[in-house]
Amino acid sequence: MRNAFAKEITALAQKDPSVVLLSGDIGNRLFDDFKAKCPDRFYNCGVAEANMMSMAAGLASCGLRPVVYTITPFLTYRCMEQIRDDVCYHNQKVVIVGTGSGLSYASLGTTHHSCEEMGMLRLLPGLSVLAPADPFEVRMTLAAALRHSGPAYIRIGKKGEPNIHASTPAWEIGQTIELRKGTDVALLCAGTLLQECLDTATVLAEVGISTSVLSMPTVKPLNESMLSDVFASHRLVATVEEHSVLGGLGGSVAEWFCDQPSLRARLMRFGTPDAFLHRNGEQEHAREILGLTPAGMSEKVRSRLASL
Amino acid sequence: MSVAASATELAALSRRTRYQLVKMSNASGAPHLGSAMSCVDILVAAYWRALKIDPANPKDPSRDRFILSKGHAGSALYAVLAEKGFFPKEWLDTFAQTDSILTEHPHPHGIPGVEWATGSLGHGLPAGVGIALAARINRLDYKVMVCVSDGECNEGSIWEAALFAPAQKLSNLTVVVDYNKWQATGRSNEVMSLASLVGKWDAFGWRALEVDGHDMEALIEALTMAPDADRRPTAVIAHTVKAKGVSFMEDDNNWHYRIPTTEEVAAAAKELGIL
Repeated sequence: MRNAFAKEITALAQKDPSVVLLSGDIGNRLFDDFKAKCPDRFYNCGVAEANMMSMAAGLASCGLRPVVYTITPFLTYRCMEQIRDDVCYHNQKVVIVGTGSGLSYASLGTTHHSCEEMGMLRLLPGLSVLAPADPFEVRMTLAAALRHSGPAYIRIGKKGEPNIHASTPAWEIGQTIELRKGTDVALLCAGTLLQECLDTATVLAEVGISTSVLSMPTVKPLNESMLSDVFASHRLVATVEEHSVLGGLGGSVAEWFCDQPSLRARLMRFGTPDAFLHRNGEQEHAREILGLTPAGMSEKVRSRLASL
Repeated sequence: MSVAASATELAALSRRTRYQLVKMSNASGAPHLGSAMSCVDILVAAYWRALKIDPANPKDPSRDRFILSKGHAGSALYAVLAEKGFFPKEWLDTFAQTDSILTEHPHPHGIPGVEWATGSLGHGLPAGVGIALAARINRLDYKVMVCVSDGECNEGSIWEAALFAPAQKLSNLTVVVDYNKWQATGRSNEVMSLASLVGKWDAFGWRALEVDGHDMEALIEALTMAPDADRRPTAVIAHTVKAKGVSFMEDDNNWHYRIPTTEEVAAAAKELGIL
């Protein structure tokens, strides 16, 4: 996903002379092409994320379109107040791109995990919170964020994530992408567990459960009309994300759902628990022990449907 | 007051502004009077002599920018902006009153001339660094001035910005430290190891200089030095006195939070030569 980001930001910056890329001393060689093509619009801001974030707001206040890029926890947890006061309160058009989100960097330890940041950031007025699922969705969300009239946060993975789409979907912030149409259960996915959702649907089909799969790259603002349709047309709706079940997509949908007394479908949430991970392992291992796999999710869906 | 006003005339304007701040604190019950009074001369020198900003066109992309990073001195910024004609002086009567747009800490949403919302310390300088960098990218030659407090120099983000600006040779940037030797609850040199403040900015790669922050001529000279021929940003360490101008308030940190009584307003007026 980060290679897709580097290619897309380079392409977009060549078309739009206001795009400025700020990096927090990461992406060694990743932005060589950007630097060659837009030499006066790349800034390595050092390991100084708070300054970088406020600076981005300052740049945006002068008509530029800064894109701020570094590892997610350093860019979000550390800079929460800079994002709130300087970016959001001033409604500056800053695009914040966190790399290695969720458990992408599971093996690097808890300091490098980000399973809480969407819950923090979506509380900020005016900030769009985006979680693309694959390299094409990275390109799609980045381009849409740069077309958008306010600030946006995009959480991306690392490298090597598989392509799910065949090309970059036509898309604007708030839209949902339906990948599979079913009637019993709907899986709403924000981020890189989308392939696991498709595989879960395949497993469920084998036991006679018809499953819809929707990619929902916009955690904020919620696509409320889509949610109404999905909750009206399925018995069970499950949110799926590599993020805490608190505060992210699941938390958002749960908050929305409690104000919808007429909808009969039940809601369940797949995500990470309200706890830190201490044991070493790669992303796949972390997903396995947290049940964020086709086997784990399909079993819980089957069991929940059986109880309805 | 005209742009061509003499340093003596500007010093008189500072005294009148200080009296305005005392009245505003009394009327509103808003604190931070001492912090506001200590930076008045800096603001007057900046707005009357160092900065090119047209109050009739406060969003001109080529204007100079001033950010009051020590947002708790917002009353001083408002008073100076009103005096310059950015908005009617009558607005000052609403400062920190219920439902007024003039909040204690300043913001740009509907207040002409305020460049940045401040109040949480350590934000204005990094934002100003971005604005200074934007001048280069946008090929404009405006200057950026940021006023920070000495207590604000506790914040790590100040020193992140201090490391970045010289690396990018942002010679259009001036930071002014309102060094009144106090922070909210103690002597700033005792709470944190600030000394030598000028030595720190110098060591970080700035053209660092010290001035008497109440000497109008010296301030004007310091605030108009940028850009530096060696392409360094400029740091002006302005030695000031908290609550400058009123003897029974000066250098007394109780005036970080105390609100003057009506009798104290009258006494301040006498000292400031108003009555």
